[in-house]
Amino acid sequence: MAEYKLTTPLTDEDVEKLHIGDKVLLSGVIYTGRDAAHKRMFEALDAGQDLPFDINGAVIYYVGPSPTKPGNVIGSAGPTTSYRMDGFAPRLMSLGQKGMIGKGKRNDEVKNAMKEFKAVYFGATGGAAALISRAIVKCDIIAYEDLGPEAVRRLEIRDMPLIVVTDCHGGDQYIEGRKKFEVK
Amino acid sequence: MRTLKEKEIVDVLSKLPIVANTRLGDDMLQSFDEAMKNEKSEVGREVIRQLQENAKIAREETVPYCQDTGFAVIFAEIGEDLHIEGNLTEAINEGVRRAYQDGYLRKSILSDPLRRKNTGDNTPAVIHYDFVKGDKLKLTFGAKGGGSENMSRQGMLKPSDGEEGVKQFVVDTVSIGGANACPPLVLGVGIGGTFDKSCVIAKKAAMRSPYSKHPDPYYAAMEEEIKERCNKLGIGPMGLGGTVTVLGVNIEVYPCHLASLPVAVNVNCHADRHGEIVL
Repeated sequence: MAEYKLTTPLTDEDVEKLHIGDKVLLSGVIYTGRDAAHKRMFEALDAGQDLPFDINGAVIYYVGPSPTKPGNVIGSAGPTTSYRMDGFAPRLMSLGQKGMIGKGKRNDEVKNAMKEFKAVYFGATGGAAALISRAIVKCDIIAYEDLGPEAVRRLEIRDMPLIVVTDCHGGDQYIEGRKKFEVK
Repeated sequence: MRTLKEKEIVDVLSKLPIVANTRLGDDMLQSFDEAMKNEKSEVGREVIRQLQENAKIAREETVPYCQDTGFAVIFAEIGEDLHIEGNLTEAINEGVRRAYQDGYLRKSILSDPLRRKNTGDNTPAVIHYDFVKGDKLKLTFGAKGGGSENMSRQGMLKPSDGEEGVKQFVVDTVSIGGANACPPLVLGVGIGGTFDKSCVIAKKAAMRSPYSKHPDPYYAAMEEEIKERCNKLGIGPMGLGGTVTVLGVNIEVYPCHLASLPVAVNVNCHADRHGEIVL
């Protein structure tokens, strides 16, 4: 379990040094998007329009936070299950996306695209929503406000605790980790 | 005949989801402490440590433990000698509506499964009604997250599949989808009844504490065995590999047709939020 501090936007070099099981404290700006937001982003791309943020080196966090209590930056903001975004991720990586934050396994198309375009998939601890929210210092809705919890948000984060669960070298913690502890 | 006013039901139900979502139960916290001792994977222990810290922050700041504050699922046991002045369904939905608004809980319910428009207030709840002896109203509330619900499974087994077939079906369910369901998990297993009944009793089982045991020693032993077998799968906390995948297995059974052996597995994540009130 190597430990790294990284800042967005991510570069090829950042991504290449990461391996499954590494702990990363991520800082900088990231964007939120889940099912409905990804659908809208694809509609925009198909219509020849721009995405709501610069995709180059970007990290997208699959999250739909709970409402913000007065005085807080954001509500509870843990990851949602990533496989529902598998159909969208390869195209976004081909456009420059470098990182994804979520939970759960990805399919082979996503893993192949991660190798081809040099991208990393971080796991945030699902359900650890109150804890993760502490790493978010600023939050602004930048697109699709009508989607409520699914609107695209720009988040400024400081030392968000993440674990590399799929790397650009073909490593998958869900497979390797299980193999290590499975009793046949 | 005792009378209960709709308003009394609304008042208590407008608090229960807030408490359940911000204060993870002592039973779950105890199971995390034990998981910390039993988990052999370093990454797994890091995940459990984060869950413990998360539960502490949520309680201290009265914020949701998980951002998915769930579908409100309610089992209502209505005493036969109780008269409810007003409408029970409306009272429950009004309580849920207020709780999700007042408690800054996420509204996750869509009015139509395909046209997908948010109802904006987390209603309607899923309500199961049952009539029992007495003059009380018992409401058991669960906040059911979508991610773990999606990994649930039902099977119409052959009667000849028997006890082993049922056990293996549950273990397979965890093997297939457990990593995506936010383990460590609590499993509700419904055995018997019809297709639909097996799912309802599985949900009821999922609302029990991970420490609860089936009163029949035959099924209590099965709960324990399934748990042990699941924990040999190696899935571990958040699916990252490890020895603690399931915290508890709860079985509910119902008589069944001689041609059938239905089994349903309702998967609950580590954010196992439940609570009950008796009025």
